[in-house]
Amino acid sequence: MNFSFLLVAALTLAGALAAMALRNLVHCVLALVVGFVGLAAIYLQLGAQFVGLAQIFVYAGAVAILAAFVILLTQGVEHRTRPAAAMDWAVGALLACGVFAVLAWAVVRGVAHLPIAAPPSNAGVHAIGDAMLHRFVLPLEVAGLLLTVALIGAVLLAMRDGEAGA
Amino acid sequence: MSLFILHLLTSIHALAASTIGHTLLMVVPVMVVFPALFAVTTLLERKGLGRIQNRYGPNRAGPWGLLQPMADGIKALTKEDVVPEAADRLVHFCAPVLMVLSAFLVYAVVPVSRTWVVAPLRAGVLFFFAAGSLMEIAVFMAGWSSRSQYSLLGAMRALAQMISYEIPLVLSAMVAVMAAGSLSMVEIVRRQAGYTGIWPHWFVLTPWGLFGFALFLIAATAESNRCPFDLPEGESEIIAGYYIEYSGFKFALFFLAEYLGMFAISALGITLFLGGWSAPFSFLAWVPTWIWFFAKLLALIAGFIWIRGTLPRLRMDQLMRFAWEFLLPMTLCNVFVAGAWKFLPAGVLRWLGCALVLLGAYWLLGRRLEQRGGLPQRNYRFAE
Repeated sequence: MNFSFLLVAALTLAGALAAMALRNLVHCVLALVVGFVGLAAIYLQLGAQFVGLAQIFVYAGAVAILAAFVILLTQGVEHRTRPAAAMDWAVGALLACGVFAVLAWAVVRGVAHLPIAAPPSNAGVHAIGDAMLHRFVLPLEVAGLLLTVALIGAVLLAMRDGEAGA
Repeated sequence: MSLFILHLLTSIHALAASTIGHTLLMVVPVMVVFPALFAVTTLLERKGLGRIQNRYGPNRAGPWGLLQPMADGIKALTKEDVVPEAADRLVHFCAPVLMVLSAFLVYAVVPVSRTWVVAPLRAGVLFFFAAGSLMEIAVFMAGWSSRSQYSLLGAMRALAQMISYEIPLVLSAMVAVMAAGSLSMVEIVRRQAGYTGIWPHWFVLTPWGLFGFALFLIAATAESNRCPFDLPEGESEIIAGYYIEYSGFKFALFFLAEYLGMFAISALGITLFLGGWSAPFSFLAWVPTWIWFFAKLLALIAGFIWIRGTLPRLRMDQLMRFAWEFLLPMTLCNVFVAGAWKFLPAGVLRWLGCALVLLGAYWLLGRRLEQRGGLPQRNYRFAE
């Protein structure tokens, strides 16, 4: 737990907190970007270059921009300030506790089962590509199919009120 | 005098021996050379465009207008920094900073010469695109925080364009990564550094490399918002686009970042397809490698200037159709051919076969683009 880790962790947490607490939705997206970049920095510190850089490329680049796009294209949302705590306070706390319990349980069990090994020296692109296209090729394809279905569904939904028609 | 030079050399040598000194010697030239190139390029661009448009270009500051970049810099520094009353001040301030930051970051992985690369990362190409994608955030921040219709419109145009053209850009870069079997830019250049006879092993000399390079250049032109893809800042439509509300040195920073982005993406194209720092013929290999890199870079910049002076601006719907109906299928086809290239036996037949497949795809896709109306009648929903 060195100094740079603490710095990056604090940045990530600050970004995530701001994304949750700020009232202007666009500010929330920008704070979320800070959180994403912090998370990517943690991945990079762990030696996972591919995952860290993909995190920036996909999340900070594409996902955040898409979120910003949606906010700006949804008319009137930009100037509406939403309540910082929308749901009932107690329900929110209960949900948070539940999620934390599940995560903590998974982490504790996982650590107990797996020996902590030093990360392989080349835990990079080759290993990930190998795993994706050999051992986990079926889940990958299923995920791709799911995304395609979602995309087609989104296009159909957007077409419905367009004058062009399918 | 010679004693002084000797002293200087030994101190540089001592500096290079330490880690921090080594990093400094790598980083400082990047921070000096590329902005200097920016200054030179603005002058070259204005002069070149002037020649193309049958006028002189800048010719008042210094002999032949050579001091024009300096005059521009002084002007930018002394102008008042105007921030709109309604602007989101923090975001408005951060946007140009993030823009320049990401523009400089990508140079970390560019191998400028055989030994000069700041950070030889294993996933260098990915780093390049990741750092470049921060620029999109900066564009959005600039356009949104200014609270101006023009700048917001410019930012939305820029984002739609950058997202659409990022896909063909990455896919066209992918073929070089596939051929080299590595995401490291240093490794990709090393793969192209050999010679057969006097001819280099550059990827651009293969059919998929040639098509990949052409597609890459088109997507790169769009990605760096240059003419004919300069809709985000179309001067006659929305003035300066997303940075219209910036003045003085902040405007200059956007200008700088834009040109640095153009150099960086040219450097990526050089690295992926034009053999990086390697010499074009084996008998020219004695020339220092960084000279080749900058020669190729200047050649590509000249090409960009020429295109800007020649082609008119596209319309938004043409831009999108071109990206999704032509560039994307073409790059996918190119990826397929590059894969097949790896498994086919080497020879002239392989070259011709692959070239034929790509030309056929080009012909079919181009015909489709023409047939479905090169210039369809456009319905304006808001502008009537």
